[in-house]
Amino acid sequence: MQVSVQEEGFEFGARAEAFAQANNAMGAIVTFTGIVRDADQGGLVAMEIEHYPGMTLKALTEITQTAMDRWSLGDALVIHRYGRLAPGEQIMMVATASRHRKDAFEAAEYLMDYLKSRAPFWKKEILDSGTTDWVAAKDSDEDALDRW
Amino acid sequence: MDVLYFAWVRERIGLPRERIETSATTVAGLVEELRAREDRYAAAFADLSALRVALDQELSSFDASLQGVREVAFFPPMTGG
Repeated sequence: MQVSVQEEGFEFGARAEAFAQANNAMGAIVTFTGIVRDADQGGLVAMEIEHYPGMTLKALTEITQTAMDRWSLGDALVIHRYGRLAPGEQIMMVATASRHRKDAFEAAEYLMDYLKSRAPFWKKEILDSGTTDWVAAKDSDEDALDRW
Repeated sequence: MDVLYFAWVRERIGLPRERIETSATTVAGLVEELRAREDRYAAAFADLSALRVALDQELSSFDASLQGVREVAFFPPMTGG
């Protein structure tokens, strides 16, 4: 299990490949990466991600450990960045390894749903108009937890 | 205890953390004390349904006890991922 909260970027391809190689007896690897996209109204200059340093790593570790306990996983990887990110940059990634793809997919979705609503990060959009907007949580994000 | 604010709660109150001596026994009691302080606190805590609270870095609730708690954090719903 690998959990990282970091400001610096990461190479998604290299991390996915290393994870797959380290778990090559598993049979199924699922990866997901989230990328900074333009604001709904356009004009995104940067996204600033604030976090709660004392809580973030602990929360991510608990979420990942729950996934490891609940599904049959050989390993799981979570990387989440904070700080100022430009459009197109990677925000985060998860990877899961299992003997069976159903476990790998479900655990990855669980990780994504919980990272969205239970990991202490807050996103702020910096727009070229000079305005800033805190990204609001969606009811659908909270509802997504109900299925677990 | 240490009280921390994040995201727009931090911006509205105008500081990231402060040390508070309180006789409040619950989070709700602490919120009432803060609201009574100044308009910026009243504005930040106007709608508790828009806020979340963590006690000693664990997500909690507004009716939770503050007994033994060293760090309280207030913030909007999280937007990770």
